[in-house]
Amino acid sequence: MASAKPAALVIGAGIAGIQAALDLADAGFPVYLVEREPSVGGRMSQLDKTFPTLDCSSCILTPKMVDVGQHPNIELMTYSEVVAVEGEVGSFHVTIKKKPRYVEEDLCKGCGACAEACRMHGRVIDTFNQGLGKRAAIYVPFPQAVPLVYTIDPNACIYLTRGVCGKTFKCKDACPADAINFDQKEQFVEVDVAAIIVATGFDLIDPRTKPEFGYGVYPNVLTGLEFERLSSASGPTAGKILLNGKEPKDVVFIHCVGSRDPHTGVPYCSRICCMYTAKHAHLVRDKLPDARITVFYIDMRAFGKGYEEFYDRVKHEGVIYRRGEPSEVFKRGDKLVVRADDTLLRRTVEVEADLVVLATAVVPRADTEAVARLLGLERTPDGFFKEAHPKHCPVESTRPGVFLAGCCQGPKDIPDTVAQGKAAAAAAMGVLHQAMGNG
Amino acid sequence: MASRPRIGVYICHCGTNIAATVDVEAVTEFAKNLPGVVIARHYTYMCSEPGQALIKEDARKLGLNRVVVASCSPRMHEPTFRAASQEGGVNPYQFEMANIREQCSWVHHDRDEATAKAKALVVAAVAKAARLEPLEDREVGVTPGAVVIGGGVAGMVAALDVAEAGFPAYIVEKSDHLGGHVADLNRTFPDLEPVAEWLPGLIERVQSHPNITVFLNAQVARVEGYVGNFEVTVSGSKVSGSGLGEPGTHSLQVGAIIVATGYKVFDPHRKPEFGYGLYPQVITTLEMERRLAEGDLAVDGKEPEHVVFIKCVGSRDKQLGNPYCSRVCCMISAKQAQLVRQALPDTRVTVFYIDVRTFGKRGEEFYDEARRSGVRYRRGNVSEIYRRGDRVVVRVEDTFLRRTLEVEADLVVLAVGMEARQDTDEIATLLKLPRSADGFFLEAHPKLRPVDTAMDGVFLAGCCQGPKDIPDTIAQARAAAASALIPLLRGTVPVISETAVVDPELCAGCGMCVEVCPFGAPALDPLWGVSRVNAVLCKGCGACAVTCPSKAIQVRHFRPDQILAQVDVLVE
Amino acid sequence: MQADIQELAKELGLGLDLLGCIQCGKCTGGCPVSITTALNVRFLVYEALVDALPDLGGMEELWDCTCCFTCVERCPKDVRPAELIISLRSQLVESGKIPGTIGDALMSIFRQGNPLGFAREDRAAWAEGLGIKSAREGCEVLWFVGCVPSYDMRSQAVAKAAAKVFQAAGVDFGILGTEETCCGNEVRRVGEMGLFEMLVEEGKPLLESVGAPTMVTTSPHCFNTFKHEYNLEGMEVLHYTQFLARLIEEGKLTFSGKVERVVTYHDPCFLGKQNHVFDEPRAVLQAIPGVKFVEMDRIRERSLCCEGGGGRMWFEGTNTEERLAFQRVHEAAETGAEVLAVACPFCMSMLEDAVKVQGLEDRLKVMDILELVAEAM
Repeated sequence: MASAKPAALVIGAGIAGIQAALDLADAGFPVYLVEREPSVGGRMSQLDKTFPTLDCSSCILTPKMVDVGQHPNIELMTYSEVVAVEGEVGSFHVTIKKKPRYVEEDLCKGCGACAEACRMHGRVIDTFNQGLGKRAAIYVPFPQAVPLVYTIDPNACIYLTRGVCGKTFKCKDACPADAINFDQKEQFVEVDVAAIIVATGFDLIDPRTKPEFGYGVYPNVLTGLEFERLSSASGPTAGKILLNGKEPKDVVFIHCVGSRDPHTGVPYCSRICCMYTAKHAHLVRDKLPDARITVFYIDMRAFGKGYEEFYDRVKHEGVIYRRGEPSEVFKRGDKLVVRADDTLLRRTVEVEADLVVLATAVVPRADTEAVARLLGLERTPDGFFKEAHPKHCPVESTRPGVFLAGCCQGPKDIPDTVAQGKAAAAAAMGVLHQAMGNG
Repeated sequence: MASRPRIGVYICHCGTNIAATVDVEAVTEFAKNLPGVVIARHYTYMCSEPGQALIKEDARKLGLNRVVVASCSPRMHEPTFRAASQEGGVNPYQFEMANIREQCSWVHHDRDEATAKAKALVVAAVAKAARLEPLEDREVGVTPGAVVIGGGVAGMVAALDVAEAGFPAYIVEKSDHLGGHVADLNRTFPDLEPVAEWLPGLIERVQSHPNITVFLNAQVARVEGYVGNFEVTVSGSKVSGSGLGEPGTHSLQVGAIIVATGYKVFDPHRKPEFGYGLYPQVITTLEMERRLAEGDLAVDGKEPEHVVFIKCVGSRDKQLGNPYCSRVCCMISAKQAQLVRQALPDTRVTVFYIDVRTFGKRGEEFYDEARRSGVRYRRGNVSEIYRRGDRVVVRVEDTFLRRTLEVEADLVVLAVGMEARQDTDEIATLLKLPRSADGFFLEAHPKLRPVDTAMDGVFLAGCCQGPKDIPDTIAQARAAAASALIPLLRGTVPVISETAVVDPELCAGCGMCVEVCPFGAPALDPLWGVSRVNAVLCKGCGACAVTCPSKAIQVRHFRPDQILAQVDVLVE
Repeated sequence: MQADIQELAKELGLGLDLLGCIQCGKCTGGCPVSITTALNVRFLVYEALVDALPDLGGMEELWDCTCCFTCVERCPKDVRPAELIISLRSQLVESGKIPGTIGDALMSIFRQGNPLGFAREDRAAWAEGLGIKSAREGCEVLWFVGCVPSYDMRSQAVAKAAAKVFQAAGVDFGILGTEETCCGNEVRRVGEMGLFEMLVEEGKPLLESVGAPTMVTTSPHCFNTFKHEYNLEGMEVLHYTQFLARLIEEGKLTFSGKVERVVTYHDPCFLGKQNHVFDEPRAVLQAIPGVKFVEMDRIRERSLCCEGGGGRMWFEGTNTEERLAFQRVHEAAETGAEVLAVACPFCMSMLEDAVKVQGLEDRLKVMDILELVAEAM
């Protein structure tokens, strides 16, 4: 980065962070984009299609990922974490830890020979695929990863966990670029920035907090995100909706799993579940035209541009919407049974299912408190980062010079996330402008 | 000048998107034998880094001068592959894309037929690539500053971001004051904060900012130019330290335009079943704001015993042509219902709803508070209102009770939705902006480009793009500011290279190109009597090229010989 | 099963859009009989959507629907709920499970061309000696008299008034006499699609053969089906109120007398809600010298159904206790009106009965607009 202009730090390279970084970089400011995972892309890279246009998620995301990887004003630091922030608006001093990949970034060509050779190949739970597939100990999370550099999972690698891996390193032997280096250590990089954008994203609630739905007990009870991987062409089933090799005939979707539920600590609405469930229902109808598809809902919240219209479309595809939050899921013969009070029918109904998909709540990242302490941020009672004012300062945090983008501030769909990412960039531009001595 | 073609062809699997339907290996083998092709390869994801690396390395090692990628739509990845070609030393305009996904694998099921079609698309792309000429990327300078049309919260916030980054911002407001619809509100959800506590401050910041100029009673009369260099003619009165100036015409030179024209409140006369305008007891949420602000909830001098709220008035209604949700009415009703309960603890308050959409931050909690404060929520869409003595009767089915009710009420509040403004068409024509089916302005991409438009340099903020609450409006306004600031801060904008060019030998000076061009790029040279194209204005749309009777005007990169080469190999 | 019902409706030529329903209840909330009967069309739609419809045979309330189409008018999702009822009725008709009185009316239409059980030969008896020509002789205006005005004594007075008014205005009109056959509007709405198709197949060429550019109907029900369901070529279909309003505007209909009375007006569903003809009947009434016109509260789009449509002329309904017409005549009386003007033979019958039952005969008279016009000639 040659620019002499003041720089910005963007923490998190999901779509919010990517957008914020691109806007700042396009405007000519140097940007440090720090991502904890081995690749940029965040949650959006895990999605199959996007509502309501049904654009393929990775198809619209990949160009932006490639852009942040190649932008002359962006220094991309993946597999890295911010560990210290000092100073104040206009002059933050930030320490970033680069975790060892055990693979030299500039040598790796991403060919994948190492993963083929790895003794753990096909034996490590693939977290990108939500555990629905297996990978090797050395991996890229997904084919379009940026940077396309392999990473050794320190918790799965036989050598790194036991100190020895057979007589010879299979991965090292297989690598044509001699990129594998077990001697890599973590490194610390210090940078000076004038503004910080926090875009650390969200987690999904563990559906086991609602044991009545049998998640973890029945293998055919999935979360919405697992369904995304199941439906994705780049997922473990290559986009075929198969459970144990069989196509489900009856599919039931359940809204508000954890959301709007003070018992789970999530009194709020997760804002995206109504629409992604409608999209899932559409995808099932598209791939399994004869399936019986039932959606249980409390209130249908199709509020965004084109959303009510999409809901209408899905209903016209023969998806049955029943009002009532199911009370339990249990097994009868080789079928699951979803038991619910259909509040419009005023009758308790039992709907059979081969696949049950839970629309799990959007919750703050598990380490939100640690990040809050690191950055000196406050949180709202729902656990997300607190904005300076809920009405008129939705992207300023409570610390001057630190801005919020995307779901770390609260659940949001993609357009609202992108808008907020750009808004955070605009706010940061003002700070950067003043830091140039124009204040 | 055309070098002997050395073409590299790359077939993308796009995971299984293409490879499941098209035999990519067969297409690759086929491509290897096409004229001019030096190498053909296939790869899982050509857009990934190793995919692009293939192009770069081959280009350098094999001395390629043309690149063809058969993958998705050029709208998706043409920039990606042009950049990769350039890094490999190939002129980016000597790159050609064959769309074998949207136009082939996604729309066909038979593998043999899809493979045959993919081959045809590849052979056509190779034929065109061989005839492509190198072009240069171009840039033009940017006039610093932005015009913001609309002085509501969206417009003011966007203007402030532009101003804070050091550029002049001009707000063009149609009415005689700043603040828009929010100025008519009393308190805002979910904190019940009085608008008077923050809006005047925002207006003051705008009015006192040295970089912001405000025009009131003003509208945009004319827009000329293009991204980076617009000339906006405004008729209206300029606000200065001494107050409102005389009405007049002002010419503003700016690099970007932000449209923040807001929305229109739904007119409930269009739902005759509610008797709005007929019964004084039936009012809108906007009128309720005023009453709450004045603390006057009395009907006929009496405290109302029962206040009823009706949601979705003018929203989620196909018959009215408003199929969309207006996004704010659920929260407004919850707010006003609570405020009634606070002001009149003995008054019964009922909200009739279809779905409660309290999705925003602290929205659901606010809905919980409303119910706890004693507001009754009943599920049913009110069907009609009529008179009974001094009161009105609300006729509605409670869909849970499965019973039709006649509920007597003293005050009925219609939660009216948002519609596109009547002048949306005018602005759309002025700025050449498309509109979406719901009547609002259309964004460039609903997911990833929510504030950009089809017109470079013109951006959308707030409810002119679709209904929004205040925080979402502010986020979007600042997003629009970010988009506008990019060219302003860079100081230059790229302009396209595939522009029209006139062969003066062939041009008869008929002027048909001048007439047909939507961007005003061609003009007749008074001296020579032939057409000349201003390449900065030209968008390469090709309208002139197909109109020209003597084929004197052609678009670079889409010349007839290049297109016909594609057609020829296809019909052979 | 939802798909089956949707498919059936489509086959019947109905625009029902079952799958678009969001269960908001706007239909049932506005249904005139939803308080006084067990009919709940929103719930029927839901049962159809979630495959929970019970045996239709036991659902007598299906025959309570008056086909006023308030639900169709107001449904925000354009589901057209009443057409589900028509679809379900058609299934009952197929299996012969229909109330006896409706069966009798249908049989009479099939045999005699009218639902009232009268002989076809007597259809034009009311017109004898009035100098009305046969439309067969050629005419500018084909007047479709309708079954009730042809046979029912009270309504015959309206037909005679019409003849007087048309003649006074110099209209070149004719009637089909004994060839005139029931329009079938109610036949279709009780779900007897086969009979309706037969009536259209025979009626359409007959009506078109007259060659008149304009057809005027006495009843809004005939008007509705001819306008929307017959696809008549080369012929404009008007309700008489539209026709009279036009004659008055053109100066062809003038008044020599006066009607010094306070008059209010009841909108028929098939004219008002379904065809948005609200202004013309009022314009005609207000043109009559001497008339003091007053409005009731529930008018135009919010008008109260008289409960005479959709086959209810032939079926008492399950709500014999509390008729909407009872409410309606009280509302009319409360305005201070001496005359409750109507523009539909069914409304005439329902409201006149209600005036008698409610003991309002001293205060309120039900008259057709045509009768008031004729009185002022």
